[in-house]
Amino acid sequence: MARAVSTRRMLVLTAIGWTIGLVLFFPIVWTILTSFKTEGEAIASPPSFLFFNWTLENYAEVQSRSNYLKHVMNSVVISLGSTALALAIAIPAAWAMAFSPTRHTKDVLMWMLSTKMLPPVGVLIPIYLMFRDTGLLDTRLGLVIVMTLINLPIVVWMLYTYFKEIPADILEAARMDGASLRNEILFVLAPMAVPGIASTVLLNIILAWNEAFWTLNLTAANAAPLTAFIASYSSPEGLFWAKLSAASTLAIAPILIMGWFSQKQLVRGLTFGAVK
Amino acid sequence: MKMERLVLGACSAIALSLAGAAGAETLTIATVNNGDMIRMQKLADDFTSKNPDITLDWVVMEENVLRQKVTTDIATKGGQYDVMTIGTYEVPIWAKQNWLVPLDNLGTDYAVNDILPAIRKGLSVDGKLYAAPFYGESSMTMYRKDLFQKAGITMPDAPSWSFVADAARKITDKSKELYGICLRGKAGWGENMAFLTAMGNSFGARWFDESWKAQFDQPEWKKTLSFYVDLMKDAGPPGASSNGFNENLALFQSGKCAMWIDATVAASFVTDPKESKVADQVGFALAPDTGLGKRSNWLWSWALAIPASTNKQASAEKFIAWATGKNYIDLVASKEGWANVPPGTRTSLYENPKYVEAAPFANMTLQSIRQADPENPTVKPVPYVGVQFVAIPEFQGIGTAVGQQFAAALAGQASVDQALKNAQQITERTMAKSGYPKK
Repeated sequence: MARAVSTRRMLVLTAIGWTIGLVLFFPIVWTILTSFKTEGEAIASPPSFLFFNWTLENYAEVQSRSNYLKHVMNSVVISLGSTALALAIAIPAAWAMAFSPTRHTKDVLMWMLSTKMLPPVGVLIPIYLMFRDTGLLDTRLGLVIVMTLINLPIVVWMLYTYFKEIPADILEAARMDGASLRNEILFVLAPMAVPGIASTVLLNIILAWNEAFWTLNLTAANAAPLTAFIASYSSPEGLFWAKLSAASTLAIAPILIMGWFSQKQLVRGLTFGAVK
Repeated sequence: MKMERLVLGACSAIALSLAGAAGAETLTIATVNNGDMIRMQKLADDFTSKNPDITLDWVVMEENVLRQKVTTDIATKGGQYDVMTIGTYEVPIWAKQNWLVPLDNLGTDYAVNDILPAIRKGLSVDGKLYAAPFYGESSMTMYRKDLFQKAGITMPDAPSWSFVADAARKITDKSKELYGICLRGKAGWGENMAFLTAMGNSFGARWFDESWKAQFDQPEWKKTLSFYVDLMKDAGPPGASSNGFNENLALFQSGKCAMWIDATVAASFVTDPKESKVADQVGFALAPDTGLGKRSNWLWSWALAIPASTNKQASAEKFIAWATGKNYIDLVASKEGWANVPPGTRTSLYENPKYVEAAPFANMTLQSIRQADPENPTVKPVPYVGVQFVAIPEFQGIGTAVGQQFAAALAGQASVDQALKNAQQITERTMAKSGYPKK
């Protein structure tokens, strides 16, 4: 009897899980389907789900109008570069705050987070002028720096939370065995925090990949990533849904595939330390 | 000796190629994402083959994103762009700030006098042209000939608002999802306020009097807004306060609207059988009036300008002369047909029988553009330039805030009186903060 109830409960929970999953995934499915419709079918009311004239013309149009690979390369360089730079700064910072806290550590953490509360447009002109004067406008390096700075508070916070879960005694034992600070971080702390670091890396890549305010405003023709590529397919006058959907599908494909393959690490990292 | 010659030859070849590379200049061109601009991008090989020392980099954006980017760049002298696509709203403001290069060096065969006078006026300051029109548009009435015939009504070429309202109410059959009229309702200075400012002109309304005092407390605005809200309640589609150009285009193309008053550029979409279910049933008329001497049509042009921050002015001028010259129109016609040439910029286009035959809306577009006067947009005198906007930097903010009030009135969230009262307060407050009236 107990087993029957348990099986029924499992079935209900599975059904709920699938329903929520499908609802969350539906906008992406709809975008992909729309990318295979004509512009007329994309705005048709009532919309057709599967029974329409499937076409690849939107992808052909996107390929002929834009240099997709150039935008992909820019997105890859900007998101990976900013993640590497952010980690290089955030790991020592989070280590210091987790294992050698002072009475100001909490305040410093809160201050870091508070920088995320300022609307980005508030500092657009000063940053634009600094970039203009340093020749960083429309360069990948400029965007790597900006992406690092805007995501750094989140990276530090995440790593700090993960590091806090690691017993300080283990690090102390390593120190007693004569490990240097570098070896302590590289060979003791880092391997134990791999799930946390991996999920931080993935989240930071996704955040940098999707960031649209700075990437749109600080780039023109050379360093424009996939966000600028998508933005070029929207229009207030004229039909554009199908072409925009094709551009969006192409833009999210790399990050979706990466997320698919690394979901195990991501989930493990995000739930790391959740249950003691 | 032979060896020497070889070395010399190789050196010359390297020097020549280096000289060529050093001479090559890349123009960065910022454009909006619309059909005519995309076509220009595709045909740009014609320009680069004639000018092998110039290469082109394109930055294509949705117009609001583009406006934000190019405004930031030009205001800070960022110098990221060599050619910018801007509209009739920006030109007078930017030219007065000395942000744009006057276009008085476009070549002897450019035929600047061929540009339609209304468009040229909208892109000039103190008689100097600061942006060359790529295409121009006004607004007009598009209607369903079959539905009008069925209802026994004949659309005149120059209808009045009372005629349009009566016809819309008569044709409306909400049970069949058929609506007499579709008009913009989505809030925004370039959305509902473009339409309502132009409509207000035909009712004698104006944004400001000669001393820059806001005029929303005057009877002309009350007449305009009441007429619009009542008409849309009786004969408009549900949820009209969310409808902009694209939403109304979709409604009209799917056969749900009997009339749509909007940009003349829509004519090519609604008559395209690939996209429109009613392509062969569309008729065109001028935008309506109320007998006061002004029609409710606007005037807009997307134009190419050179920012003062560029150091590639000569190449930029060459490109603009190519893209907005008469030869470009012939190039598009030869490659893509006369129906696809950019409309609304040159008188000679409307004198060309091939174009008039290919574009059934050509005559109505020309008449609509001719009737718009950016310096005298409404019945009473105004201190500003612009038909459906006020060419001052504050307008984007005020226009959108007032548009939100009017959209609320359309959605039934506020009365017409309340919306006008709020609009008056918002406008007065912003203008006072900005130091108007300017001394």
